[in-house]
Amino acid sequence: MDLYTAGEYDVAVIGAGHAGCEAALASARLGMKTIIFAINLDSIANMPCNPCIGGTAKGHLVREIDALGGEMGKNTDKTFIQSRILNKGKGPAVYSLRAQADRRKYQEEMKKVLENQPNLDIKQAEIIDIEFDEDNNVKSVVTHLGAKFLTKAAIIATGTFLKGKVIVGDVSYSSGPDGIFPANRLSDSLRNNKIDLMRFKTGTPARINANSVDFTKMEVQSGDEDITPFSFETENVGENKVDCYLTYTNKETHKIIMDNLHRSPLYSGQIEGVGPRYCPSIEDKIVRFKDKERHQIFVEPMGIDTAEMYVQGFSSSLPEDVQMQMIRTLPGLENVKVMRTAYAIEYDCVDATNLYATLEFKDFPGLYGAGQFNGSSGYEEAAAQGLIAGINAALKIKGKEPFILDRSQAYIGTLIDDLTVKGTNEPYRMLTSRSEYRLLLRQDNADLRLTPLGYEIGLISEERYQKFLAKKKAIEDEIERAKKTVIAPKEEVNDLLEKYNSTKIKSGVKLSELVKRPELDYKILKPIDKTRPELDKYVEEQAYIQLKYEGYIKKQVEQVEQFKKLEKKKIPDNIEYATIHGLRLEARQKLDKIRPHSIGQASRISGVSPSDINVLLIYIQTL
Amino acid sequence: MDKTIAAISTPSGKGGIGIIRMSGIKAINIADKIFKGFKGKSLLNVKSHTVHYGYILDGGKKLDEVLVTVMRAPNTYTKEDIVEINCHASTFGVKKILELVLKNGADLAAPGEFTKRAFLNGRIDLASAEAVIDVINSKTSTQHNISVNQLGGSLSQKINEIRNNLLDLTANLNAVMDFPEEGLEPLGDNEYYDGLVAIKEKIEKLLATSVKGRIIKEGINTVIAGKPNVGKSSFLNYLSGSDRAIVTDVEGTTRDAIEENIDLGNVRLNVFDTAGIRNTDDTVEKIGVEKSKMLLEKAELVIYMLDSKKEIDDNDLEIYNLVNDKKLIILANKSEDGIEKSVKDFCADKENVIYCSVKKEQGLDEVKNTILNMFDMGDLEEDMSETITNIRHKDSLTKALASVKSAIDALNLSMPLDMTFVDIENAISSLGEITGMSVGEEIVDRIFHSFCVGK
Repeated sequence: MDLYTAGEYDVAVIGAGHAGCEAALASARLGMKTIIFAINLDSIANMPCNPCIGGTAKGHLVREIDALGGEMGKNTDKTFIQSRILNKGKGPAVYSLRAQADRRKYQEEMKKVLENQPNLDIKQAEIIDIEFDEDNNVKSVVTHLGAKFLTKAAIIATGTFLKGKVIVGDVSYSSGPDGIFPANRLSDSLRNNKIDLMRFKTGTPARINANSVDFTKMEVQSGDEDITPFSFETENVGENKVDCYLTYTNKETHKIIMDNLHRSPLYSGQIEGVGPRYCPSIEDKIVRFKDKERHQIFVEPMGIDTAEMYVQGFSSSLPEDVQMQMIRTLPGLENVKVMRTAYAIEYDCVDATNLYATLEFKDFPGLYGAGQFNGSSGYEEAAAQGLIAGINAALKIKGKEPFILDRSQAYIGTLIDDLTVKGTNEPYRMLTSRSEYRLLLRQDNADLRLTPLGYEIGLISEERYQKFLAKKKAIEDEIERAKKTVIAPKEEVNDLLEKYNSTKIKSGVKLSELVKRPELDYKILKPIDKTRPELDKYVEEQAYIQLKYEGYIKKQVEQVEQFKKLEKKKIPDNIEYATIHGLRLEARQKLDKIRPHSIGQASRISGVSPSDINVLLIYIQTL
Repeated sequence: MDKTIAAISTPSGKGGIGIIRMSGIKAINIADKIFKGFKGKSLLNVKSHTVHYGYILDGGKKLDEVLVTVMRAPNTYTKEDIVEINCHASTFGVKKILELVLKNGADLAAPGEFTKRAFLNGRIDLASAEAVIDVINSKTSTQHNISVNQLGGSLSQKINEIRNNLLDLTANLNAVMDFPEEGLEPLGDNEYYDGLVAIKEKIEKLLATSVKGRIIKEGINTVIAGKPNVGKSSFLNYLSGSDRAIVTDVEGTTRDAIEENIDLGNVRLNVFDTAGIRNTDDTVEKIGVEKSKMLLEKAELVIYMLDSKKEIDDNDLEIYNLVNDKKLIILANKSEDGIEKSVKDFCADKENVIYCSVKKEQGLDEVKNTILNMFDMGDLEEDMSETITNIRHKDSLTKALASVKSAIDALNLSMPLDMTFVDIENAISSLGEITGMSVGEEIVDRIFHSFCVGK
């Protein structure tokens, strides 16, 4: 094939899924001449699994992406059909937004945003090669049609496409998700450049026709009345348009699975990729939790203009005939028509410990990885990485300092630190329990944490920033007012307290103290809080959370200070681990490979024990 | 740690055998240079963990007949090559061999340095390393036994057990929070609460041992109080078996508070003999009196002495009032020739009264038994290895306890679960500080403090 030079760009993004879209938008918005490639432009921002954005910890990621100037939150607000907050009873740190999106509308809207973005070109093509100069700097990317695009940086965001292989029972074939072509040749190109690839696996359940479902046998799951949008900028939030449904597996389902287990490629060894523990197939769940009599199965619409529904919790790689038997044991699905069969998919990805926290390859300047290619799983995790890769590619070309979030600043920082320092041996999903500082990293304060940074980078407009500053000031003013406001022990006050089973007051008590009582909240206290100004809903919420949990938040701030001490203990770049006598061999190898920049980071590398860290600390102290 | 270190590892002057120990990459090499083996055997290629007979030569001159043990890394105490030279134990001879070893390239080991290496090389955890230091410094047999047990990691096991309890407890709650749609069975509120209370009690139980642990390690601060010339110095001399305090019949001869360490077998007394407390114009003595009052404040045990032959006077009562809030033994001395009625009356409603005669050594065994009983130290047959003897461990446990209590408080206040996790994480981290599972600035400071690591 003869190559021709088709153009010259600052940044080339390979793949237009959730990582690719954010990467391309960030790069173009920061003034980089950017091009984004997809094998099929109808698959831009596709959700080949559940068309649902958010959920525990993932909702936090979307809020953070939005606070930094990313697109996912806004796009979800435009296209959601049902919205809920999960974990409502469990405390503000783990409240999580979750929205069911109209899958096609989501894609259309995102495609529109890309199309209208200045500096951004969109191209349908499979990238089959990345070329480097003699110093391993990225030079160009090459399409399957022989077009060569010169570029200063390339961001690989290939999702599950790299050598994708779909598996249903004993049938398997080369394919990307949703029946789209896989990207086979880019894997070979990367391997030729000595980039080690791993093999991961994920799966998706069946899609069924709503017209064949008896919803009367299922529990209805409605959306929340009061909807919180994902984006801090969304002012007119839409409404719930659909219900979701809940049904359960039963003994019959479990029996069919157990009887046919030998036909599962997972158990026969046909699947070699490593699948995620937290998103097990239904057969996995039945085998691992034998005592559990039933498992929850959610039936959720794929969109407004389609009868297709998604069967959450029922992913499987059993043969199609077994799947049919299984699904028809579920109450309400006795006569179900399956439109798309559940499948597992295997794909190539990279060990992200080969990347810096900027998501740039340590050995290939200008080459970045993002999303499932880096070993993560989930649209939100992908988008977060895409945003960071896009920002850093642009900053580097502009000759600016890299943008790195640490674990105490954001879930995004935690995600990337986990991937690039700890590494992962299964598709990595964000969980609130992966953060040490979740009381600070709440979804409600993502803008307070990150919007100033987004502004500094250049992704937050002046207008939005001024609005943000006003909101921030309103919150601070309200907190100050609450700390100064003394509620006197009047009859009306004590009547109100009594009504909510709260101890009466005998002398004046500050509003900021009263609100800390578990049985009280900001709304309840309004009638006796005479000087309260009209407050914006989110200003009030923020002031309330900060006042109510002040003591706990303070403790967490102390933990962060502790954490920062070790993060600040820098490890010299030229350190030679081989000469440090007390380190165990495994630790030496891991440290040498990952080359952490601080003691704190070193302490998080798996295979490096606390005593290795002590050795390092002492070594550095005695330098 | 590139240096090879050496030290004499047997106490000086005692026993029939002296041992010089070397650790480091050059240990075997150095030993080989000064060793002439039976049939001229070289140490360089001998198997690990073998003993070799021969001579130590100093420039061709035989210094001593020795057995040399060669242990190769990593299965050694320090995880480095170790050579031990067993020689005849004249102080002179052992030192001579050490000098020879140093001359051939080894460095003299700092106190605790072998242990430091064992710790830094990951063979023992921090608690065990500290136990070694404690073994080296132990002053009573009980303390020694506890330290030896902790060396085996028994304390670490206990701490890890509590730490794992906490992790298990939160694992479920984390799972429920992270997978709200999986229909996981959440731990009941009561189960979480009860679990935390159980952990709290475990930590409290362990902490309770720290009082005993500290006493075992540091001894009981004891003050002998009483007006002048009731026999305080004689009693102290009896306890210590020496004539250290000045004993005269002239009132007010003991002007300094004297510290004496007295081993009662299971426990040690740090005894301060106070100058007799009385109103005085003598300035020198006045200073002694002030000092005595200060000592009284720190005292954990007061032995209050009376003269059985003299009427109780204002001075006796004044002193009694100073000490009667302490753990107290009343020693009515000089009882061999009868007891004044006022003394009998005074003692009638008091506990721990012993009538004795220091001069005649009558009734004095009871003193020791009474002390052991008062501090619950009489029977130490039980396993004491889970006793907290180290102040750093106590501090960390105290912090962990405060955190667990704070989490329980949060539950009592019906705070949302995620608030409790801040405290739980602090507790887990504090417990980790003891064993070295957590890495933190204080731990590193502690390492530097314990092992004189320097530039």
